[in-house]
Amino acid sequence: MSNVVLQVEDLHTSFFTRMGEVKAVDGVSFLIREGETFGIVGESGCGKSVTGLSIMRLLPEPGGQIVGGKIILEGKNLLELSKKAMRAYRGKIVSMILQDPMSSLNPVYQVGDQIAESVRLHQGLPENMVEPEVISALRLLRIPAPEVRIKEYPFQLSGGMRQRVVGSIAMSCKPRLLIADEPTTALDSTIQAQYIALFEDIQAKTNVAIMFITHDFGVISRICDRVGVMYAGKIVETAPTREIFKAPKHPYTVALIHSVPRLDQKDERLFSIEGQPPSLMNLPPGCRFCPRCTVALDVCKEQQPPEVKISDNHSVSCWRVK
Amino acid sequence: MTRFIIIRILQSIIALIGIMVMVFFLVRLSGDPTELIKSPNSTKEQIEAVKIQLGLDKSYAEQFLIFIKDYSRGEFGKSFMQMRPVIEMIGEALPNTLKLGIPSFIIGMVLAFTLGILGAVRRDSIIDNTVKFLAILGQALPGFWVAIIAVLVLSVHWQIFPAAGMDTPLHYVLPVGTMVFFMLPGMMRLVRSSMLDVLDSEYVKLARIKGLPERVVIWKHALRNALIAPLTTAGMIFAGIVGGAIITENIFNWPGMGRLALSSTFSRDFPVVQTITILIAIMVLGANLLVDIAYAYVDPQIRYEKS
Repeated sequence: MSNVVLQVEDLHTSFFTRMGEVKAVDGVSFLIREGETFGIVGESGCGKSVTGLSIMRLLPEPGGQIVGGKIILEGKNLLELSKKAMRAYRGKIVSMILQDPMSSLNPVYQVGDQIAESVRLHQGLPENMVEPEVISALRLLRIPAPEVRIKEYPFQLSGGMRQRVVGSIAMSCKPRLLIADEPTTALDSTIQAQYIALFEDIQAKTNVAIMFITHDFGVISRICDRVGVMYAGKIVETAPTREIFKAPKHPYTVALIHSVPRLDQKDERLFSIEGQPPSLMNLPPGCRFCPRCTVALDVCKEQQPPEVKISDNHSVSCWRVK
Repeated sequence: MTRFIIIRILQSIIALIGIMVMVFFLVRLSGDPTELIKSPNSTKEQIEAVKIQLGLDKSYAEQFLIFIKDYSRGEFGKSFMQMRPVIEMIGEALPNTLKLGIPSFIIGMVLAFTLGILGAVRRDSIIDNTVKFLAILGQALPGFWVAIIAVLVLSVHWQIFPAAGMDTPLHYVLPVGTMVFFMLPGMMRLVRSSMLDVLDSEYVKLARIKGLPERVVIWKHALRNALIAPLTTAGMIFAGIVGGAIITENIFNWPGMGRLALSSTFSRDFPVVQTITILIAIMVLGANLLVDIAYAYVDPQIRYEKS
């Protein structure tokens, strides 16, 4: 087994609002190894992005707060770092790609400047070495004619190209962990496939650990080695990608996979899960999926299911799984 | 870029011609100036003589042609009331107006930008709540009323600042304060909301993800984008300075353009009103042009589209 890069243990993140505490992440644990891609999949509002932002320690303020747990990155608990020490980690050891390429680059600065900023900040290179480093970061993402691109502004680039620039910024300092928060959602599907292939390639070259946040099981099947399925602030099932598609155990995972449209089936209507996820301010006492579950037992309403390890790397939290 | 500037200048000239036509006819709608000049025992012949002297005996069409001809040669005529060249009267009033307007503009903008940005950066802090409170207060209270109250309290009752005149720096405090009070609230709110929008953007989030210190995030990544919207308003406020502050100058008896404009309008002193209005129009058009050029400087997208 290769080295563990990130280990999240019993993470709790809440938003404190006027209406009360919203438990966005409620006891999440997982680990990611070197060169591995771990997918976090779930509906919007399940806490997957908040998990990513918690690792960056960039929760929206005021209100967002990590209330418990550990985030261990390369042996260091990020929650014990000072603000300044955490800043030195950001962009250097852990980096992040945001969803919307159209709005995540600063419109008034040249592309090259936006990458150079990271390079200068974290690498302490002499000034004449900065530009070659920026160009090599653009090359890593296979951006054509990087010498020309560095002088261009974001509005001169297409969406796919912009997302590659965002990728260059993220990878410019060779981070150990990359958090990709729905990086392909805003791209059309051919560009999406290219982008994913690009990351497989980058991972092979740099051995970076990737945490891939998405709501799309299709994307998961293409890039992830292992998957955590998240529902209402908790990871309900973790397994290798192959296994989760072949033998999903949690009723929610089963339903999610079932709702991916398939070309080889002639179903007239796309399957969808009835009902809405529970309010994070007013969670049910038992299993959180229970109100929408078609196979719920009596115990599901009253008690939260424990996590059961059904094999070395497959665990599920469901009363039905013994 | 040069082409863009030339096109904008030509557009401004066309607008200016339109404004001149409107000013000429609107001024004449205010009535006959000789009505105000004559005394109860003036004879018809005397009134006719005055009309001939002022050029008001001719038809509107003829008067208009003379007006265009004179102005295009840079001759702005003589005041009906004072019989002095208009340019001389403006030459006296304009420096006074600028002495009041420019410090007010500088103080107003520095305060508006500083407080607006601070309010946005420290959202919901004491500073922000003070900014919000002041903005609402400032927009709810009429400026002329605040000025009068300030005169009553600070110059009549406590006699700290003089209420009229312009001899010492102390004389400037109340009028400048009044003008700042007019400019500040709206501008401050605009800067604050523009900055808040930008601070909420994805590229500011990305700047933090890169590990940049907060000072770089705010002053480099956020500020330049947040400046774009308030720039137009600042430009218009600046253009307005030349027209003088009609309310402020009248309250504090300040011999500037605002008072000249008001008294000339009441006395139907056409040449003065026309010249002041056209001067203001030129300033507004010029400020618009400058704002557009500043836009192009701040926002590369505009720069590229225009070139």
